[in-house]
Amino acid sequence: MANSRIDPATGTETVGHEWDGIEELDTPMPRWWLWTFYLTIVFAIGYVIAYPAWPMVDRATKGVLNWSSRGDLARDMDAAEQARTGVHEALSRVPVERLPDDSALLAQAVAGGRAAFQVHCTQCHGSGGAGSQRLGYPNLNDDDWLWGGDLRAIEFTLVNGIRAPGHDDTRQSQMPPFEGVFDPVQMEALIDHVLALSGKAENNRQGAQIFADNCAACHGEAGGGSRALGAPRLNDAIWLRGSTREDIRRQILNPRMGVMPAWENRLDPATIRMLAAYVHSLGGGEDFIAKADDPAVEVDDRP
Amino acid sequence: MTAPDPADPAPGARGQPDQQVSSAVADPAAATRRHDPHEPEPVHLPQSLVEKRAAVHNKRIDGRFRRFKWAVMLLTLGIYYGAPWLRWNRGPYAPDQAVLVDVANRRFYMFGIEIWPHEFYFVAGLLVMAGLGLFLVTSAVGRAWCGYACPQTVWTDLFQHVDRFVDGDRNARIRLDAAPWTWGKVTRRAFKWTIYLAIGFATGGAWVLYFADAPTLWRDFFAGEAAPIAYVTVAILTLMTVTLGGFMREQVCIYMCPWPRIQTAMLDEKSLIVTYKDWRGEPRGSVKKAEKDPAHFGDCIDCRQCVAVCPTGIDIREGPQIGCITCALCIDACDRVMADVGRPRGLIDYATLEDCEAEARGEAPRAPWRTILRPRTIAYGLIWGAVGLSLLFALGVRSHVGLTVSPDRNPPFMVMSDGGLRNSYTLKLRNMESRPRGFRITVDGLPGAVLWSDTVGRADAAAAQTVTVPADQTRTVRAYVAVPPGTTAQDFAFRLTSLDPQHETARARTHFSAPAGNSP
Ligand code: SF4
Ligand code: SF4
Repeated sequence: MANSRIDPATGTETVGHEWDGIEELDTPMPRWWLWTFYLTIVFAIGYVIAYPAWPMVDRATKGVLNWSSRGDLARDMDAAEQARTGVHEALSRVPVERLPDDSALLAQAVAGGRAAFQVHCTQCHGSGGAGSQRLGYPNLNDDDWLWGGDLRAIEFTLVNGIRAPGHDDTRQSQMPPFEGVFDPVQMEALIDHVLALSGKAENNRQGAQIFADNCAACHGEAGGGSRALGAPRLNDAIWLRGSTREDIRRQILNPRMGVMPAWENRLDPATIRMLAAYVHSLGGGEDFIAKADDPAVEVDDRP
Repeated sequence: MTAPDPADPAPGARGQPDQQVSSAVADPAAATRRHDPHEPEPVHLPQSLVEKRAAVHNKRIDGRFRRFKWAVMLLTLGIYYGAPWLRWNRGPYAPDQAVLVDVANRRFYMFGIEIWPHEFYFVAGLLVMAGLGLFLVTSAVGRAWCGYACPQTVWTDLFQHVDRFVDGDRNARIRLDAAPWTWGKVTRRAFKWTIYLAIGFATGGAWVLYFADAPTLWRDFFAGEAAPIAYVTVAILTLMTVTLGGFMREQVCIYMCPWPRIQTAMLDEKSLIVTYKDWRGEPRGSVKKAEKDPAHFGDCIDCRQCVAVCPTGIDIREGPQIGCITCALCIDACDRVMADVGRPRGLIDYATLEDCEAEARGEAPRAPWRTILRPRTIAYGLIWGAVGLSLLFALGVRSHVGLTVSPDRNPPFMVMSDGGLRNSYTLKLRNMESRPRGFRITVDGLPGAVLWSDTVGRADAAAAQTVTVPADQTRTVRAYVAVPPGTTAQDFAFRLTSLDPQHETARARTHFSAPAGNSP
């Protein structure tokens, strides 16, 4: 370079640039450093041969090792699948009511159920299982169960669904519409009585009479509901479809009833069991009641 | 490389045979004249792109600094190779290895101290102390780290001893290097490199022993049953040790290590460095020449012993430079020579540049403690001590329980059928003792609250629950807290109390959510 000169202090040549009097020495680098450069070149050549490298028209060269990140992913997924099969196996063998005996398996079931819940159930019940009062999707965290809240009952509901069309074993019940049955005074009295069941209004004899004649068959004399019929409890603080007079009137005149698909043919038994365990774990899960008052649940006793 | 002749009558030539006097003292005028820093003749280097490494064959030397270096080397290597084998009883639930980095279980054991990942600030604090310690050492005694304790220095030293053991001292090694590749040389080299590999293997092998139970891993390793990562790590570290200690050596210090650059910035004219006192030594002249013209020549007899013993192969007489790791071997070498020719020791010595100038002016040297104790070092020392003390304090008062709470946010609260409210929480109970412990969980400051969990059903809900946490583990508990109807949203705390005599407690504040209608 034109301006390069020998620096007297070090005896080294400068590169010839100068910035405000500061010059740069052209110190020779150690030879091993040069070798490492050559090594990186060799490495690069090897890499290009071994791994996908050159972009071609629609894909890159494959490389002799045939490695791809997609392949890596597939392998990881396989491994995860393998790891899961053990739990699946165990779950499909253990009847759901035996799950709490094996706390490790239960924990895995709850974890798996949480994942499955996010895929299959959140659309209606919400990601936290809190449901929606406006749309009538039940909250799964509380202690109020329409059809039963022990592990077997939950599993049965999952398998067979609720009012699932075209499914023979589905949980079934129907509340008749009372449109045009009561005159306005009777209607108000009935609403008062329904509210009175949970202490939200004064008792009144007329409403009580109407309730006893029309409603008690399913909802019970004291409004305790019936799990066999999926008739909601009316004497508690939980209102599936709202607790205002308007909400109650609407529900009496033109009742809306929830529908839940039967998951029997959509999910494998192990996943359903995991979902049952998860829903049960949300906080409102009940212990088994000695006499199961829900329809007989067939215990899966396949080997 | 003529060794000075002890019978040389040089001191006598100065007229006072029995008194060791430096030429500068004997002739101050000459000393002042020579005080200009010595600058080597500008050599015309052949300009080339790369510089071939000149092998360093440093000569054997003995002296006080060499002995100190031996001691430090024994100590550091002893600690490194031996520490994994020390045992420390921690009871049946924890490993009995004194120093163990248990990556799989995320624990770090150091004698009586056990560090959990959330206590990593202890490790950070130690690193801060290490950093400050280096500052402190550098400003007090210069590059002492480089000279004695740096692994690169220690292992290089070890490998240089191997060289000396196999191939002989400096001259023999230079000859062997230049010799053609005969069978004899091949055998020697093979032997030497086998020793290199053995040292490298021992070094890499010792490293992995810090990460698992040493005796077990040792057995598994040689039975071929250890984890693949252990073999890979040992292989890489073996190669690294051999490359860096056996072949790269001073190249690491000169080209690769950031530390000399940082130290260069930290050294000032008050820092202790290994210096050649040019005002005393220049101009150099052999004993014979000095005899003829005592007034002209300085104390350096140009025997080049300081260059011969230098592990980085530099000439300290060219002035302070990045290649000097201040191992002080040249001081040992020069002191010997000075003793032999009957001149005062310390032509090359630990000194500060300021002291050198004062000394050259004929002033009395400052006391060594004044070099070491000055505002900068005291400040570093105080900060260092403060960090250390606060770490010790934190270690002393740290509790062996931990509790973290995270409330469920979706849904935030739940109306129960009796109209009461329930919130759900995920509690993490940490038992940092090496034995299983029972704990009582209670709710603090939430009137009427009852508590149940994923293992205790709602039927047994109560104001307090008892759980057992396994030794040295964190247990996750789902806790459900229910309150009577009408309770408003408010803050409260979970309290954890250990059921052993220590009664350690941990508290974690959290929030109870309620519907908007219940707001106070
Ligand atoms: S220069 Fe770097 S590698 Fe060399 S001794 Fe100092 S700290 Fe160690
Ligand atoms: S010049 Fe002296 S102190 Fe510096 S590295 Fe060489 S022998 Fe060690």
